[in-house]
Amino acid sequence: MTSYSGYMLRRFGQFVLVVFIGINLAFLITHLTPIDPIEQTISAATSFGSTSPEAIAMMRQALRELYGLEGGLWQQYAAFWKRIAVGDFGPSLSAFPTPVSDLIWRALPWTVGLLSVSTLLTWCLGNLLGGLAGYFQKSSMLRFAGVLAMGFHPIPYYITAFVLLIVFGYLWPVLPITGGYRMSMPRGFNVDFILSVAQHSILPVLSLMIVGLGGWFMGMRALVSNIVSEDYVQYAELGGVARRRILTSYIMRNALLPQVTGLAMSLGAIFNGAIITEQVFGYPGIGTLLVSAVHAGDYSLVLGLTTVSIIAVSAAVLLIDLLYPLLDPRVKVR
Amino acid sequence: MWQVLRDLLRYNREFAVGVFLLSFVILIAALSFLAPHSPLDSYVVPPDLPPGWPYVLGTNSRGQDVFWQLTCAIRNTLLFGFAVALISRVLSLVIGLIAGYAGGWVDRALMSVNDTFIVIPLFPILVLFYFVMRDRMSWMTLALAMAFLGWSYDARLIRSVALSLRAREFTETSIFSGMSMRQILIQEHLPYVLPIVFSTTMNNINWSIGLEVTLSVLGFTDINTPTIGVMIYWANQHTALVAGIWWWIFFPVALVVVTFIGLFLLAVSMNEYIDPRSRLGRVGA
Repeated sequence: MTSYSGYMLRRFGQFVLVVFIGINLAFLITHLTPIDPIEQTISAATSFGSTSPEAIAMMRQALRELYGLEGGLWQQYAAFWKRIAVGDFGPSLSAFPTPVSDLIWRALPWTVGLLSVSTLLTWCLGNLLGGLAGYFQKSSMLRFAGVLAMGFHPIPYYITAFVLLIVFGYLWPVLPITGGYRMSMPRGFNVDFILSVAQHSILPVLSLMIVGLGGWFMGMRALVSNIVSEDYVQYAELGGVARRRILTSYIMRNALLPQVTGLAMSLGAIFNGAIITEQVFGYPGIGTLLVSAVHAGDYSLVLGLTTVSIIAVSAAVLLIDLLYPLLDPRVKVR
Repeated sequence: MWQVLRDLLRYNREFAVGVFLLSFVILIAALSFLAPHSPLDSYVVPPDLPPGWPYVLGTNSRGQDVFWQLTCAIRNTLLFGFAVALISRVLSLVIGLIAGYAGGWVDRALMSVNDTFIVIPLFPILVLFYFVMRDRMSWMTLALAMAFLGWSYDARLIRSVALSLRAREFTETSIFSGMSMRQILIQEHLPYVLPIVFSTTMNNINWSIGLEVTLSVLGFTDINTPTIGVMIYWANQHTALVAGIWWWIFFPVALVVVTFIGLFLLAVSMNEYIDPRSRLGRVGA
């Protein structure tokens, strides 16, 4: 076996482990807590209006079947995995009888779009600026950018999104603050609709970028300022290699590797941020769906969303891991 | 120890600012013990007054004094952060030190689990946890749950240091002089790791406070224990911004941002202090 396929295999093994542990965690939380989820769900779902006793009985039966709560713990465990394997989380309770998987499939593209656009932009911009700041350490503008990055970095996603909402919603209302596109607009693949989607995504993307930029910026600056003092960089400078070339292919190229690994490691945290931001701006993705599912007491939707989130994030991490050898040729020869 | 602190305050601007901001926050939290009313009582003062005398930060729609409410909220929020950090520190120390010392399959197994916890999106899991617990969700259960989920990043860091300590000569000497693994880890390796633990503690407190604020703003915690997040939650419930009662939202947000920046600056400056190269660069400059 070559070391490349060995690497691939190890990464895939890690992916399987993440999904396995994550799903087990979800199972443990839902099955070993002392609370009966079914009575909880029924009381939450029926507290907003009058529901006939027959409907409640049906609901109870459906829920029991849904979680395979008949039988012992091991049978329940097997039933739990079977549902996940076929991707069937049963009907949603708050949008009965739409299947949970339909709701999730409808929301997923929004989250994936928001997350990939904002993460790519943040990562590229943060690394570029951080690289420049590490190379041109005397530049006062880049120093100031460093102070700003440091100030914004520790603020959690919710607060940033919330402040942007206040600024652009109440103080200076120029941008849409809620929804994924204009309400009255028919969905279709045309210029108007796409423009509306882009316009509505400005604030969510902006709030994700404000928080995310600092981390990449500071990481890259530290890496680059270490590499600058390496012998081979000084040799290249003495040898008269163009500075631009030194910065891009001698320094940044090497400093990018830990940043790619860092991206894979922080994807879970970025995902948390994205679903929180979505909720603030009422963006029609996973996050908004999750919060409304909790408020509506929709057990199957919450569980389905948690499971899909775990699988989606670990799949994205796997993707980054599999692309990594393209950047780092050492993986192939080792 | 005191000398180190004095030098840090003198030469490291980030440290000085961080200490200043954090002392300010802790002072406000300490004032909560002087509060004239219980934070849970409502309609003890006239509602909806803007900031002024005698209600310095105004009063909210529930008839509570925003200032005294804030002191109590920040105290609970800080305590929450410390509790999570303390418990998760123990976990990450045990796992990191053992993985680094034992090596081999123990290391591989522990680090696989560790990497799993780094990757898993914790927010949906915490929401699921709340969803199942509902009204039984208390301050302490949430702290325990978050500590159980939040140790992984730092365990990896501690393990990498422990790995290099394992290869040092004094470890071999301790083994030959008959010390047990527990003794070596606690007496020999722990002191080397502690500075890193301090700096990661600050980041961990930030992380847990951030998640707590988020969860409670959404109403996914025990909404009867006043924390910063719970304050914003109630303000949102009473649509404070639409009603123009901005002080109900502005002051908690501002105070928690000050907390975040203070803790973060402390973490950054401690990291720098640990790395002697950057320390020399600073004193020389």
